[in-house]
Amino acid sequence: MATATARPTKPSTQTELEQRLLRQMLSIRRFEEKAAEAYALGKIGGFCHLYIGQEAVAVGSLAALREDDYVISSYREHGQALARGVPATAVMAELFGKATGCSKGKGGSMHLFDASRHFLGGHGIVGGHIPLAAGIGFAIRYKGGDQVCICYFGEAAVNIGAFHEALNMASVYKLPVIFCCENNRYGMGTAFERVAAVTDVVEHACSYDMAAETVNGMDVLAVLEATRRAVERARGDGGSHPTLLEVRTYRYMGHSMSDPLHGVYRTKEEVEEQRKRDPITQLAHKLKDEGVLDDTGLEALDAAARAEAEEAVRFADQSPDPDPAELESHVLAD
Amino acid sequence: MATLTYRDALNQALREEMQRDPNVFLMGEEVGVYQGAYKVSRGLLEEFGPTRVVDTPIAELGFAGIGVGAAMAGLRPVIEFMTWNFAVLALDQIVNSAAKILYESGGQVPIPIVFRGPNGAALQLAAQHSQAWESWLSHIPGLKVVAPATPADAKGLLKAAIRDNNPVIVLEGEMLYNLKGEVPEGEHLVPIGQAEIKRAGSDVTFVCHSKTVAIALKAADQLAEHEGGGASAEVLDLRTLRPLDEAAILASVARTHRAVVVEEGWPQAGIGAQVVDVIQRDAFDELDAPVLRVTQADVPMPYNKQLERLAKPSPERVVAAARRVLYLD
Repeated sequence: MATATARPTKPSTQTELEQRLLRQMLSIRRFEEKAAEAYALGKIGGFCHLYIGQEAVAVGSLAALREDDYVISSYREHGQALARGVPATAVMAELFGKATGCSKGKGGSMHLFDASRHFLGGHGIVGGHIPLAAGIGFAIRYKGGDQVCICYFGEAAVNIGAFHEALNMASVYKLPVIFCCENNRYGMGTAFERVAAVTDVVEHACSYDMAAETVNGMDVLAVLEATRRAVERARGDGGSHPTLLEVRTYRYMGHSMSDPLHGVYRTKEEVEEQRKRDPITQLAHKLKDEGVLDDTGLEALDAAARAEAEEAVRFADQSPDPDPAELESHVLAD
Repeated sequence: MATLTYRDALNQALREEMQRDPNVFLMGEEVGVYQGAYKVSRGLLEEFGPTRVVDTPIAELGFAGIGVGAAMAGLRPVIEFMTWNFAVLALDQIVNSAAKILYESGGQVPIPIVFRGPNGAALQLAAQHSQAWESWLSHIPGLKVVAPATPADAKGLLKAAIRDNNPVIVLEGEMLYNLKGEVPEGEHLVPIGQAEIKRAGSDVTFVCHSKTVAIALKAADQLAEHEGGGASAEVLDLRTLRPLDEAAILASVARTHRAVVVEEGWPQAGIGAQVVDVIQRDAFDELDAPVLRVTQADVPMPYNKQLERLAKPSPERVVAAARRVLYLD
């Protein structure tokens, strides 16, 4: 099937780029809504962490990358996988645990992989993948390449030792890594300020002599521009320099599908207030104000995104489970 | 054949594999400028430069993770832990990343990496520095675990580990580094997963690995010359703990009908427990006596020399166990 989240091709104009970003965010939003439905129907099992509200982070940052760059993420990674160009069908099939999933049904929601697109997971231990990103950056430098690696994690991961060890070494070894902290304010049900002595994540970069920026994560264009600056530092001829981006965003849904929408740790009003900053609405308004897009055009984009998500569900539904013989394959490589 | 120490055999393996494959690099604490905490990496910085012999901060979790990430992107890292006691800090990367990424990616991302360093007790290093981790590590699907006892096996198994496309744990020994032995020059590979009979015998099998091979060999001598009547012990060196060479264990027990399993680790859920399970499952009818185990005492390692000696497996304890399974005592 055709997907609107296909590999980025260079848009000829800024408005084309902005429409593409809007379409990608819509694709993720509609995909996640379908995933929530499928979870409620028991078609998706285990943990399922939705990205609704945070779409601008994945879409804006990945638009700044090349196809041969590397992407690694935490367990809230559906959005990054889609924005990277992993087909929605393969992502949904993975959530359904099907053989046609991007990890052959063995990884599930938290372990999406697509090595052909340099999308290297999907990792389930908070902060555990941050050193992996440094390692990917190490390999890039070792081989003399000019790619970069972008690593997504939540603000709660900043309290983990792995974050600090990885940032220190990335800076010491001058690795081409962009550490993209998606600060959605809550680690599960714990507000960041309740458990972090320093609540501006960006401050941690000072300890590691690293470039850093705070970015409005509800503005996809701001995310894109900040990531472009980070990419420039990482690819630089005079050596690679890592960057810590603190992207301030918000998740509308619970921590996972087993978590209530707002729970007791935040108010319904707070969630509603945040929804007013919605990244999709903001960009849609901008494009409408500029006369680039009218209501019909916007509806057409949304309809295409909805159709794509529905097709992903249909594909996943109709796909087979992995063969029982797959139980023992891929434990070891040949 | 040249006579080398276990340390120099490992050094030779590293040097040869780094010469052979430019994607192989060594990373760890003190591996470069200091020449290795135990001098296993002596001379490698000078030969290969700082890009391939990489000193790290004291941050086991971090540099183990850098190794796994580098393997994900196509390199073949050798990660040295100053000791496996410190590697406990890196277990998340070994267990959750290295061992699982191939499987959870549906076979897309192999992790060809070696984690190596000394394991088990040395002398009077007390509880936190005297631990044998093999039963923990060999519990994990997705890892291979080797524990060479001789310089030749150290070279051959490390070379095989570096060429393997999976995460391989190489358990060395501080007390083994000075051990001398004949080591084949050049292309000497010991296949992972193959045990070796280090001494043939007919009355009882000593199943052992790493440092306990020397203990078992000494025990076999003592058993043969015992004043209460000699007996012949076969010493089977497992060499690899995962995958376990079950066929070799069963074949030896089928000849001797008795077994004693010797290991440095603690008794509960130890390597010996796994070996005993293999024997009771597939060689039950061959047995003429229950299988006994000799392990470290079930205590944190004490500092005091006499207490430490009491805690460790010894030839005397192996002989006593052998005489029990032979119904001589």
